Amino acid sequence: MAEIILRDVEKYFGDNYIIRKLNLTIQAQEFVVLLGPSGCGKTTTLRAIAGLEEIDSGTIMIDGRVVQHLRAAERDIAFVFQMYALYPHLTAFENIAFPLRASRQSRVTVDLRVHEVAKSLDIAHLLRLRPSALSGGDMQRVAIARALVRTHKALLMDEPLGALDAKLREAMRTELKRLHIENRATTIYVTHDQVEAMALADRIAIMNEGVLQQVGDPTEVYQHPANLFVAQFVGSPVMNVSKVAVAAFGGRSILTLGDDDGTFEIATASVPAALRNGTGQAIIGVRPEAVILSLREEARASRFEAHIIEPLGAYDIVDLSLGTQLLRARTSSGLVTKAGTPVWARLDEAQVHFFDKDTGASLRSGDRG
Amino acid sequence: MAHVGLDNVTKSFGRNRALRNVTLEIEDGQFFVLLGPTGAGKTTTLRLIAGLERVDSGSIQIDHRNVDSWGPAERDVALVLQQYSLYPRYTVRQNLEFPLKPSSRRLPTAEIHARVARAAQILRVEHLLDRKVDALSGGEMQRVAIGRAIVRKPKIFLMDEPLSNLDAKLREALRAELKDLKNRLGATFLFVTHDQVEAMSMADRIAVLNNGRIVQVGTPQDIYGNPRDVFVAGFLGSPAMNLIKADVRNGTAIIVPGQFEMTLRSSVPRHIGLSNGAVTFGIRAEDVHVGDSGPYGAMVHHVENHGVEKIVTLRIDHCLFRATVPAAVRVAIDEPARFDWDQDKMHAFDVQSGRNLSPSNINASDGY
Repeated sequence: MAEIILRDVEKYFGDNYIIRKLNLTIQAQEFVVLLGPSGCGKTTTLRAIAGLEEIDSGTIMIDGRVVQHLRAAERDIAFVFQMYALYPHLTAFENIAFPLRASRQSRVTVDLRVHEVAKSLDIAHLLRLRPSALSGGDMQRVAIARALVRTHKALLMDEPLGALDAKLREAMRTELKRLHIENRATTIYVTHDQVEAMALADRIAIMNEGVLQQVGDPTEVYQHPANLFVAQFVGSPVMNVSKVAVAAFGGRSILTLGDDDGTFEIATASVPAALRNGTGQAIIGVRPEAVILSLREEARASRFEAHIIEPLGAYDIVDLSLGTQLLRARTSSGLVTKAGTPVWARLDEAQVHFFDKDTGASLRSGDRG
Repeated sequence: MAHVGLDNVTKSFGRNRALRNVTLEIEDGQFFVLLGPTGAGKTTTLRLIAGLERVDSGSIQIDHRNVDSWGPAERDVALVLQQYSLYPRYTVRQNLEFPLKPSSRRLPTAEIHARVARAAQILRVEHLLDRKVDALSGGEMQRVAIGRAIVRKPKIFLMDEPLSNLDAKLREALRAELKDLKNRLGATFLFVTHDQVEAMSMADRIAVLNNGRIVQVGTPQDIYGNPRDVFVAGFLGSPAMNLIKADVRNGTAIIVPGQFEMTLRSSVPRHIGLSNGAVTFGIRAEDVHVGDSGPYGAMVHHVENHGVEKIVTLRIDHCLFRATVPAAVRVAIDEPARFDWDQDKMHAFDVQSGRNLSPSNINASDGY
């Protein structure tokens, strides 16, 4: 199990950067998820580490060894694709055994290792079947077993659950994480699905347009997004954002959202220092769970109208209309029952984010670090 | 605006029975969702209502008139599909005008302009009217596709997974927009999806289909709170309802012998229809409470961080089940945890048939 270091890695086509000055260290035994929308450079990064793609500049080190000039086969890395890439004419057993046979292991070792890994993935009963007889989930299990059957320096996975249905994806997430806890392989996992990233990662590296936006553990990325892009990419429903004018009056500040679409009052201590002097313009970000609704009038709460109610079983999402925009709140299920109901809303001050209106970078308030 | 009725509809394709005795009533102005896995018969139902397929037996009514012999055009329905099927070389305006152009409709030019303008305004694509469709994003294209349905002022909007090709963020936004659209147009919407979140969040009523049969019809709250059987229980909610085998003996539920035995409160068995013997319990993750004061012990098998909350998989021997905990609660994989579960929120299902044993369910049942 090896540490992987990317230093100033770049790749471009003409003027078009695919990866830009990427610096990232993946520690031995760590599970790191590369997260971002399609075209953000995450898959290219993964393929570059595997040696399936060349880079234009920078250094890639695996286990202390510079590898960017080495062929894929020399890097000792296992790769799992979204499309399982199994040999259709071979049984599950032979598919899993393939890397062992290629490295001329004894029959006894092959037998032992295949059964061992098949057992840990719960596919021991499927070993005689060909891929065409397997379900999508089982095919992916076979592909993962093939990647794990030999010990590699690292395991790289490119959207391995992307082709599976929602329920199976949920179950496989747990399996993958348990597997990682058992074998502790250094893992880099690519996905565009933030739920998957949050659920699996020790650390998430979020990319957009070839640029690394933030690296941090799931809690950090969720609670302290470095910029607007991360703030809106992680979390469901998406974080509410709006331009905001801040007017500080001593200990309290008035936030005016949009074009005078609604106001909220919070403690000035929760406002970043840069916005405390008189009036300031910024972008405000509030997750739905930080918009607290009440059916009765409350001090320091503002009155709005419930526009749309989306029941999701365990909780509801209530859309408030604020002038031309919507503010989504997460409420206990059944709190607001009818569209048009008047509600009083306030913001959870500990969960209000401010971003620079030009750069989108997070403006942290001094009190919250 | 229209009422739609399906009366004992059956449809086969060769030897494959796509729909079996489906009876449904969709009220005027309702947002009605057909929910089910691939192959459940959702799309077939939609195509039968649209007139693209004919029923083998049974009948379909629109506004209480039998339409079995009517062609698709006569039924006055608009179909929106997952694939937008727009004309890429034409502008948004031309695409929106297209369904109004055939001479058979004989619409005056002023009326065409008015309808296009209104649809564009409702869907917020006014600024895109003179742009070519191939220059639009996926979400914009899907809005135009819906706009093309709106201009016709159909009685019924039929939508077949229209949001499936969009990314998560856009899907979220369009969910709210579609619901809002229905409120403003007051039209009847029939929406097909395999995504339970879409169904829950948008529907006035949901019909859950499985293997060509309707399993349950109700409001989102009904279906989530009182699933008719284990299929519905497992299909709705994320995570799905925990389904746990147990043996009930004289007021005690034995889930893992010696390790997880629950004394049932006296009112519970009657309430959920429980008698002695084997049973499948159903309990939602949010009704399993993890905390130091909990009476039962388990190991933490897995923890998923979902930002606002964590979903913890608990393990007692071979029994795995999930609990939702607030983000601030500290739990670590392979460490012990205490928990309790809310007996009032528990369901009991028949081990063989999977049917919910609750007395209220037996009264309501028709399919069993």
